[in-house]
Amino acid sequence: MNKAIEFIDVSKSFGATRALNNLNLYIDKGDFYGLLGPNGAGKSTLIGILGGLIIPDTGTTLVMDYNVRSEYIAARKSLGIVPQELVFDPFFTVYETLSFQLGYFGKKIDKKWILELLDSLGLANKMYSNMRTLSGGMKRRVLLAQALVHKPEVVVLDEPTAGVDVQLRSTIWDLIKKINNDGTTILLTTHYLEEAEQLCNKTAFVNNGNLIANEETKNFFKTSANKSLLLKIKNGQAINNLNIKNIHFHSTDKIEFTFSNLSEITDILNILNSKKIEIINFEIKELDLEKIFLSYLNS
Amino acid sequence: MFDIGFFTLLKKELLRFYKVAFQTIAAPVLTSFLFLIVFSSALSNRMVIGDGVSYINFLIPGLIMMTILQNSFANSSSSLTQSKITGNLIFILLSPISNFKIFLAYSLASALRGMVVGFVMGLAIFFIFDYKIHNFIIVILYSFFGSITLGVLGIIAGILTEKFDQLAAFQNFIIMPMTFLAGVFYSVESLPNPWKTVSQFNPFYYIVDGFRYGFIGHSDFNPYIGLSLLILFFLICSIVTIFFLKSGYKLRN
Repeated sequence: MNKAIEFIDVSKSFGATRALNNLNLYIDKGDFYGLLGPNGAGKSTLIGILGGLIIPDTGTTLVMDYNVRSEYIAARKSLGIVPQELVFDPFFTVYETLSFQLGYFGKKIDKKWILELLDSLGLANKMYSNMRTLSGGMKRRVLLAQALVHKPEVVVLDEPTAGVDVQLRSTIWDLIKKINNDGTTILLTTHYLEEAEQLCNKTAFVNNGNLIANEETKNFFKTSANKSLLLKIKNGQAINNLNIKNIHFHSTDKIEFTFSNLSEITDILNILNSKKIEIINFEIKELDLEKIFLSYLNS
Repeated sequence: MFDIGFFTLLKKELLRFYKVAFQTIAAPVLTSFLFLIVFSSALSNRMVIGDGVSYINFLIPGLIMMTILQNSFANSSSSLTQSKITGNLIFILLSPISNFKIFLAYSLASALRGMVVGFVMGLAIFFIFDYKIHNFIIVILYSFFGSITLGVLGIIAGILTEKFDQLAAFQNFIIMPMTFLAGVFYSVESLPNPWKTVSQFNPFYYIVDGFRYGFIGHSDFNPYIGLSLLILFFLICSIVTIFFLKSGYKLRN
C-alpha cells in the first residue's frame, strides 16, 4: 500500500459541537502534506485522533496501514507528533527527555544520534540543561527533536513554527525538508500560507469539520486568490459598474480586489484608468485563510 | 512483556521522585518522627495495648505503614496530575506503551517510593529504639501490597482529577482519614461501637494491622486473611484502573 495516513468516514463531536463530519482523507507515503484551516476547523482533532489522544465517535484511521485503535502499538511506533503547545517535563534535562522518548518507542539510548539531532537543531550546547531553563524557541526545537528521535515513518507537525522567529523557522524547515527527502511522510498544519506553498506538495483545507479542498499545492495556489489590493479612491466616483471579478466595496471611497498573481494588478489598474477613477492611496496585503477558502470556493 | 518502553517509564517515574528526594523521602520521614516523638511522649503511659506490648512498639509499625501508604499514593497521583496540568502527559499517551504497562510502571514506582520511605524510617528507628521484627516476610508482603495498592489508588485519583485542589480534596477527605482511622495510633479493638464496626470496613485497617503483626507478633485480625483481603482489594483497584486507562476516560479526550 502507498498510503501513509488514511481517515475513513471519521466523525467526532464535543458535546453539541461537531468537530469532524464524516471526513475522508488520505496521504501518500513520502508526501509533504499541508493541512490548512481556520481556528476550530478540526485540524488538531484530526491530529489527536491520529495519535490516539482523541477517540473518534465513528470511522477508521490508519497509519502505515495500522489501525490507530486496534493496532495502536504498531501505529504509534510509526508516528512522531509535534504538539502545538509548548509542553515539557520540568524535572528533566534535554538529554533525559530525548532518552526517555527513545525508550518509550522501544529503542535503546543512542547518545551519538541524540547529539547529532540536537546539533542539527542548534541545541547541542543545551544537551544537559534542564528543560525549565530553555527559551520558548529552544523548547519548540526540543519538541521537534522528541518527535524525530525514534525515526518515525510519519511526522505530524501541529503548527510547529507558531511564535518562532524567521531564522529559527528556516532551521526547522531545513531539517524537515531533509527528512522528507529521505522518505519520511510529513503532515503539517500551519497558519502561514507561504510555508504550505513553499514546502507542501499537496494541500488540504478543512473547515467546520469538513474537507473543503484537497489539491496539489501548485494547483491550489494557482486557482485561489491569496492577496488583496486595497484602494482608496476619490469620493463620489462611479464605481458600481466596474467589470472586475473578486471586487468588494467597503464604502464609497474604498474598494478591495483579491487576486493570486501580481500581474493581475496591471489589468485592474488599466480598467480603473479607463473609467477615469482617481486613486488616492493603495495597499497590497496577504489574505487570511478564511478569505482564501472563500476565494477557492468561488473559483 | 517487560520491554524497554516499560522500563523507561518506570525509570522516569523513579527519577522523578529521586531528583527531589529531600521533599519525597526526607520530609515524610521527619514528619513521621515528629508524630512518633509527640504521641509516644504524650500517650505511652496512658495507652494500654494488652499482651505486654508497649505503646511505642505498637505505634512504630503503624506510623511506618501510614507513611508508606501516604507516600505511595502521593507519588502516582501527583505525577499524573502534574503531567496533566503541564501537558507533558501527552508524551506517554502518544507512546506505544500499552495501557497495562503504563499502569504497572506508575504503580511499581509508587510502591518503590513508599517502601524506600518506609525503609529509611525503619532504619532510623532501629538505630534509636530497641526494636525487633517478628515476621520479616509478612512485613515485606504487607509493605509491597499496601504500597502498590495505594499507588494504584493514586493513579485513579490522577485520572479523575484535573487540578491540584481536586487532588488535595481526594487526599485530605479520603486517603488521610482512612489512614488515620486505620488504627495507627490506637487499637481498633479498644474502640466502642459503632466506630469499631465502621473501622472494620476500612481496608487500610487490615494493612496497618497485618503489618504490625509482622513487627510485634500481635494483631487484632488474622494477618493471613488480612493479606488475602489486601490482595483482593489490590486486584479490584487494578481492574478499575486498567479499565479507566483503556477507555481513555479523562485522558484521551
